[in-house]
Amino acid sequence: MSKVIVVTSGKGGVGKTTTSASFATGLASRGHRTVVIDFDIGLRNLDLVMGCERRVVYDFVNVINEEASLKQALIRDKNDSNLYILPASQTRDKDAFNEQAVGRVINELRENFDYIVCDSPAGIEKGALMALFYADEALVVTNPEISSVRDSDRILGMLAAKSLRAINGDEPIKEHLVVTRYSPVRVEGGEMLALEDIQELLGIDLIGVIPESQAVLQASNSGIPVIRDEQSRSGQAYRDMVSRFLGEDVPMRFLDVEKKGFLKRIFGA
Amino acid sequence: MSIFDYFRRKPAKRSAAIAKERLHIVMAHEHRVVNGPDYLPALKRELMEVIAKYVHVSREDIKVNLERHGDCEILELNIALPEEKETAAAN
Repeated sequence: MSKVIVVTSGKGGVGKTTTSASFATGLASRGHRTVVIDFDIGLRNLDLVMGCERRVVYDFVNVINEEASLKQALIRDKNDSNLYILPASQTRDKDAFNEQAVGRVINELRENFDYIVCDSPAGIEKGALMALFYADEALVVTNPEISSVRDSDRILGMLAAKSLRAINGDEPIKEHLVVTRYSPVRVEGGEMLALEDIQELLGIDLIGVIPESQAVLQASNSGIPVIRDEQSRSGQAYRDMVSRFLGEDVPMRFLDVEKKGFLKRIFGA
Repeated sequence: MSIFDYFRRKPAKRSAAIAKERLHIVMAHEHRVVNGPDYLPALKRELMEVIAKYVHVSREDIKVNLERHGDCEILELNIALPEEKETAAAN
């Protein structure tokens, strides 16, 4: 049984594409056939984060308009034969999207993949609605920051009202909270919303906490999803998140302020 | 935090608690109001046009709200009528 998972947030710049890339890479590395789709028509970026920008020939809109087959448009990841990327178009307008056409592509993908990860654009317009429409599960990416939490709450409302599952009255989309750019030091100082606050406000299950880290920028600079950086805390946190998604019981890490040695405490890191 | 930071840093503001409180309030409000049907803005506009035909009130004096109480949705129409007697009150 294949699963469609939307990675969404409402607000832009919170880490949807970073999360989509690492989540899909993680699922594939665990042996699952996975495809990750960029729904951000006109503002393609997943290809950069996945490091396949120079191999894009056809895109999602070409497939929707039947100008190219899925086989032609899918890009196989250079490191993992289980992982494919369906890039967004860079030029076409958003009107290309409609439920039937997107549904046809999703159904075709369902026949060949275990997991279909949909990287949503920011906002609550057509692209974002299309990304969540066919979802079975959702990763709601949230920063510990006031506007991000509010926008995530709005998106939760959309998942509950505008998805195919909601319209058909089926079992609702399973929602998971992913908190990114988390900084325990700033939480301890009382200047950043704590994990418990975000969970209480949004009321959904936590699946991962990704600590604020230099590694994320370095990873996207080089086009290697941060989950492949096994040394970095963010990479490890994404790995844990994938394990939890696959049903393993993995405790949360990187939630507390790192204890520093005597010299570090005196002179700083 | 190193010894140098004690000279550099201002005392930390505990603004996270303020953020949480504000979010509680605004999200509770939005849960009642938003997530209404797509036709709501058009319905509001047309209702206002009809009312404006019969009563001389400014747009700001007409409030249309959709609130949800459990399973029950209530469409609330609130018109502040002007004080002049000659204007007919719409029901």
